[in-house]
Amino acid sequence: MSTIALPTSTAAPAGSAVSGWRQLIADWSSDRQAFHVAWGKAMMWIFLLSDTFIFGCFLTGYMTVRASTTAAWPNTSQVFALHIGGADVPLILIAIMTFVLITSSGTMAMAVNCAYRRDRVNAAALMFVTAGFGEMFVGMQAFEWSKLIMEGVRPWGNPMGAPQFGSTFFMITGFHGLHVTCGVIYLAVVATRLLRGKYERAGSYQIVEIVGLYWHFVDLVWVFIFAFFYLW
Amino acid sequence: MAATNLTQAAPGRPSPAQASQPAQEQAHQEHPIGLYLKVWGLLFLLSAMSYAVDYFHVQGLLRWGLIVTLMLAKAGLIVAVFMHMAWERLALVCAILLPPLALLVLVGLMASEAGHTFLARLVMFP
Repeated sequence: MSTIALPTSTAAPAGSAVSGWRQLIADWSSDRQAFHVAWGKAMMWIFLLSDTFIFGCFLTGYMTVRASTTAAWPNTSQVFALHIGGADVPLILIAIMTFVLITSSGTMAMAVNCAYRRDRVNAAALMFVTAGFGEMFVGMQAFEWSKLIMEGVRPWGNPMGAPQFGSTFFMITGFHGLHVTCGVIYLAVVATRLLRGKYERAGSYQIVEIVGLYWHFVDLVWVFIFAFFYLW
Repeated sequence: MAATNLTQAAPGRPSPAQASQPAQEQAHQEHPIGLYLKVWGLLFLLSAMSYAVDYFHVQGLLRWGLIVTLMLAKAGLIVAVFMHMAWERLALVCAILLPPLALLVLVGLMASEAGHTFLARLVMFP
């Protein structure tokens, strides 16, 4: 696919001027690059690919224990129901969490769009809004965890059915919640730096798109968890 | 205008040859805000439909078919539009989207393993 010939003559002969890791990188890449996108973006994509395998393995493990247990699997529709207005609304908390996360994905997309137009203040403001929705999501997850723990759900057993339910629930949603928490911190750090003009001086707003990739990935993982863990 | 801004090299890039990339390389990343709003609305609609599958107790093959279809539609929209995969170079798209397909092999292996364990449990611990 690569149609762009990079001028190789501009680079110093590998090995003469540089040493150590720089030299190793120069030798291995031979001053060529496979992906003609910003370096940080390619690296974030590769990190997200590795994360895809982590969550893929979690969900596959969940499938394995759920398919191999002889005990009845707890009915998630009822387990995650909330008592609102005198009636049990099935799975309502999870539905609200899903909508909160999608909303945050939308505001993140807007922030990236603002960053392309170098609208610094709006991009940072939208990133803080995104982080706020992320924090709201984590808060609801903490509520959900407390509720289940009070109902007696443990990693090794629960009163509703198959003991594997607890271990997979805490493992998968816990790891996802950790990702959301890290994302909130990441967003807050980058948005603060953006406001202070750090990226103005560096000359590139690319970092906003990179944070955006991470945040959309967190939403993407939730799509799969929602479908396989809560709805299945 | 955006073209000149976006092609500036990020700090720490190893290659000085980077600066010689054509200006239109990344300029195509700017899209009308309406596109994002439409996708956002669609994601809301698809999520509401997934929830409705549970709320109205759709059962059997129809339930699983709907859950997986809606899930893939949502994932596709997020990756293609929000994560800009639809406008990336094919080399990057292939490098990122093809490897996860290996997970299907793992799923296949583990599904047969789980079936075996299930039957063994029925026989050994009746």
